[in-house]
Amino acid sequence: MDIQLKRGLLDVCVLAAIRNEDSYGYKIIKDLKPCVELSESTLYTILKRLEAAGLLTVRTAEHDGRLRKYYRITQAGISRIETFKAEWKEVISIYKFVSEEGENEQA
Amino acid sequence: MNRRDFLSGIEKGLAGLPREDVESRLAFYSEMIDDRVEDGLSEEEAVAAAGSPDEIVRQIVADYPLNRLVREKIKPDRARKGWEIALIVLGFPVWLPLMISAFAVMLSLYICVWAVVVSLWAVEAALFVCALAGCAAAVMFLIRGFALQAAAAFGAGVFTAGFSILFFFFCRAVTKGVLHLTKRAVFSVKSKFAGKGNAQ
Repeated sequence: MDIQLKRGLLDVCVLAAIRNEDSYGYKIIKDLKPCVELSESTLYTILKRLEAAGLLTVRTAEHDGRLRKYYRITQAGISRIETFKAEWKEVISIYKFVSEEGENEQA
Repeated sequence: MNRRDFLSGIEKGLAGLPREDVESRLAFYSEMIDDRVEDGLSEEEAVAAAGSPDEIVRQIVADYPLNRLVREKIKPDRARKGWEIALIVLGFPVWLPLMISAFAVMLSLYICVWAVVVSLWAVEAALFVCALAGCAAAVMFLIRGFALQAAAAFGAGVFTAGFSILFFFFCRAVTKGVLHLTKRAVFSVKSKFAGKGNAQ
């Protein structure tokens, strides 16, 4: 897959994983497992990028006697997801058109 | 491998990166191991699930911009003293030509390698033109009634055509190899900057 496209998709995946409630690194990886396999290093890079872009905020909280970082989506992050959904409606209709054209020609 | 070896392996590999960046990465991996252990894995298993430190370091260094690595490397640990600055300024007739020549040597090596690639492709183009010319000559000879010469020209054309096809794959393989080597060279330069500490 095109690397730029994949990067954009993974960003939205991670945002979606923290949309409903704050989450932490390991939980994000576990939640995304059915959809996409993320390595720790990849997730770290994505989280840093999203934080720098202001799409999520980070807070450190104590858990079981140790520190854990929790990630919370911002308003900008939510609107990124909405933009993604709107854009992909278009992509899906293009996909349908392209694959149907192909089939009609073969028939 | 236990957790300490894992984390210190990463720390060593990234010694040349900004300190706070390394610490934040270490904290991230550390938290991940704790969460895996909490999920029921043993420490060994949790570390193994994170991958090998070498592989992790390799990936981070490959993604790191070269200019940031260099900047971090040449940044002094402390403010330079007055005499150090004076020495650097006064020594410029020595270090400037040295740096320029080092850079020139690297650049010329790089150009030499690519010159070989370019000349290979030039040979390939010449072979292709020969093949076309051979066939064209054969047609001309045939029109004028020189059957023997036409056969010879056609033979030469077919031979160079076949050879140019084989040579094309050779050229392509060499180009790919050189590209691969270039990438490897850039990566090894980066690892040099990332690996060692800021000791000067």
